[in-house]
Amino acid sequence: MSKNPIKVALIGNPNVGKTSVFNELTGLNQQVGNYPGITVEKKQGVCKLNETTKAKIIDLPGTYSLNASSIDENVVIELLLNKNDEDFPDVAVVVTEVENLKRNLLLFTQIKDLEIPTILVINMADRMKLKGIELDIPVLEKELKTKIALISSRKKIGIDYLKDLILNYNVLSTEPCLNASSIDPEYFNNLRRAFPNQLLYKLWLVITQDVNFLNLDRNEIKSSFTKSHSDLKKLQQKETIKRYQFINDTLKLGQKIDVSKATDIRAKIDRILTHKIFGYVIFFGILMLIFQFLFDWSSIPMDFIDETFANLSSLAKQHLPAGEFTNLISEGLIPGIGGIVIFVPQIAFLFLFISVLEESGYMSRVVFLMDKIMRKFGLSGKSVVPLISGTACAIPAIMGARNIENWKERLITILVTPFTTCSARLPVYAILISLIIPEKRVLGFLSLQGLTLMGLYLLGFGMAVFSAYLLNRYLKLKCKSYFVVEMPSYKIPMFKNVGINVLEKTKAFVFGAGKIILALSVILWFLGSHGLSDNFNNAEKIIAEQNLNKTLSSAEFDDLVNSYKLENSYIGYMGKAIEPIIRPLGYDWKIGVAVVSSFAAREVFVGTLATIYSVGSHSEEETTIKNRMAAEIHPETGIKVFNFATGISLLLFYAFAMQCISTLAIVKKETNSWKWPIIQLVFMSGFAYVTSLIAYQLLK
Amino acid sequence: MEICSSELKIGEVATIASINLDEIPLKLLEMGCLPGNSITLIQVAPLGDPLYFNVNDSHVAIRIETAKEITVTK
Repeated sequence: MSKNPIKVALIGNPNVGKTSVFNELTGLNQQVGNYPGITVEKKQGVCKLNETTKAKIIDLPGTYSLNASSIDENVVIELLLNKNDEDFPDVAVVVTEVENLKRNLLLFTQIKDLEIPTILVINMADRMKLKGIELDIPVLEKELKTKIALISSRKKIGIDYLKDLILNYNVLSTEPCLNASSIDPEYFNNLRRAFPNQLLYKLWLVITQDVNFLNLDRNEIKSSFTKSHSDLKKLQQKETIKRYQFINDTLKLGQKIDVSKATDIRAKIDRILTHKIFGYVIFFGILMLIFQFLFDWSSIPMDFIDETFANLSSLAKQHLPAGEFTNLISEGLIPGIGGIVIFVPQIAFLFLFISVLEESGYMSRVVFLMDKIMRKFGLSGKSVVPLISGTACAIPAIMGARNIENWKERLITILVTPFTTCSARLPVYAILISLIIPEKRVLGFLSLQGLTLMGLYLLGFGMAVFSAYLLNRYLKLKCKSYFVVEMPSYKIPMFKNVGINVLEKTKAFVFGAGKIILALSVILWFLGSHGLSDNFNNAEKIIAEQNLNKTLSSAEFDDLVNSYKLENSYIGYMGKAIEPIIRPLGYDWKIGVAVVSSFAAREVFVGTLATIYSVGSHSEEETTIKNRMAAEIHPETGIKVFNFATGISLLLFYAFAMQCISTLAIVKKETNSWKWPIIQLVFMSGFAYVTSLIAYQLLK
Repeated sequence: MEICSSELKIGEVATIASINLDEIPLKLLEMGCLPGNSITLIQVAPLGDPLYFNVNDSHVAIRIETAKEITVTK
């Protein structure tokens, strides 16, 4: 017989290994979604406790305390205050780690004040010996009025005991471990008298936080119990001191630290990694390595995938009965899917690197190194993280800007991040570069194509920084600037965490972007292989009449018919209509269609061209996307369509133009206005048009 | 002797004497930046700012302007 699952909320400071505990408990049984209305990631999973009982585990965003300073942290408070929420936990599991127990316990004491059954998890127990730390668990359990699971998610120790504790959560005490209201007895007594049925600490949180709370009329409490901002902050300081006093007293009884063993390895490594010269050398070395990996070494699996799909396409054509449906599959669907799958190796690598940099703790050092430099451009050291993770995708990167405390720095970061080269541009760059840059090596080992790609990435960063500088000069915003970055201890990234992260993100790319690409490629195929006019329907006759005096092989004749058909199809008409606008940039109407459809998502470019060209060409040797593009010749001028000038012009256009509806939507959400996304769209695309125009006219 | 935390030398240990509540974010207090706790300057960023402290066993980087609002005794 199965009972309702036990609802468990996982809560903890950032960098305590909360996600690894979550992964240990749920394995691959997890779902990632969003909280309704906001873009905070919601992770939940199922854990089997025993034969009959399951637990539903929610991994809440990391937070230092219940005093929220971002929407991510608000999620934690709103859930814990709202008993009617369907996810309101039966039991809270607060994750802490051995080395930072003192600080981690602050959040624990706050959760206890909410009188929710709470389990304390002390993670990274495997590091205790190394750090000379000894814990007296029974004493700590008594003082903190809880049950403690001493675990190591890395060594997989203590997870079963934690499951037992969750199973038996109803024996846990719900008594707070200290009396926080003693910081201002008079104030809190009045509060208690006015709302006798409410939990005092809840009232206090509602007064000090900007959270939605349905059961209580916030205005009512606010009007009668409000204090000046600085008075409230003084009280919050008193509360924090009070909690630390309690924690210090508790740890004096239950924790012993052998100082002689507590060598600060972190500080020693930091002296090198944040060194004046070595710090930057190491940072740029790591970036170089990533690019080399992405653009040179990942070509092996990519070429393989490209070939495979080309073969699949011709297989389908040979073995399925000829007709509309077969054409749809071999010319629409297969090239469309191939256009997505081909980028999986690069995207997976990119997410792998970013995930490793974050997990290891190195990313905070980069923030520290870059802050002063970035501030010259109106950015924060914390902008480096969005700018780097923007190379994967601008959407999570823009959300990642949330932890920038200063609004102006955050806004500028949001506005310039889309200039960084996201993974959706990668396919476009990769194929164009392979068409126009020769396969040579510089200094014997650096590939020229790889270097060009790196150049494009630098161009993106450069443009981001330059526009930040302009925005900083002309945006008139006065903001108080705070900058607090925790420098977590270095950890060897856990394979499971990195693996799950890469898997989730890659899946999101394939299925998210994949749907759009697939739908578009089917639409494009239809528009490209159908036409209304007599010209389209009588293509064979017209071509035959035009070439009466020439002797054509049947293959040549077919090619002429096909390209004539394409020109007179729906898509041909649409492409021709926009041709006057894009011709000065060096594009023909086919590229024009690809550029326009890219506004749904950039990576559509390659798929679109693949679909258009596979409709237009039937020669056997032009099976891969790249070969087809290379073979394309301009009918009037007789030169290659993808020549150097056009290629550079296209590269610049894709480097600068704002072509991503999802990014615009996220900018609207994060800035809460349409003004900024519209400015982004107009400025970036306008700038892209002008630079491509100049480049083409100079190079042609 | 009372000085600003920004005037500490690398490796120097001091005790926090007082903090300017209006200028110090709550997040820093919650990390243990409170009067009576110990503070050590671990590293200065290459261009002189930000500063990287060990406060009450929390490793944290802050900008000079914030560090100036923390008074310490050596």
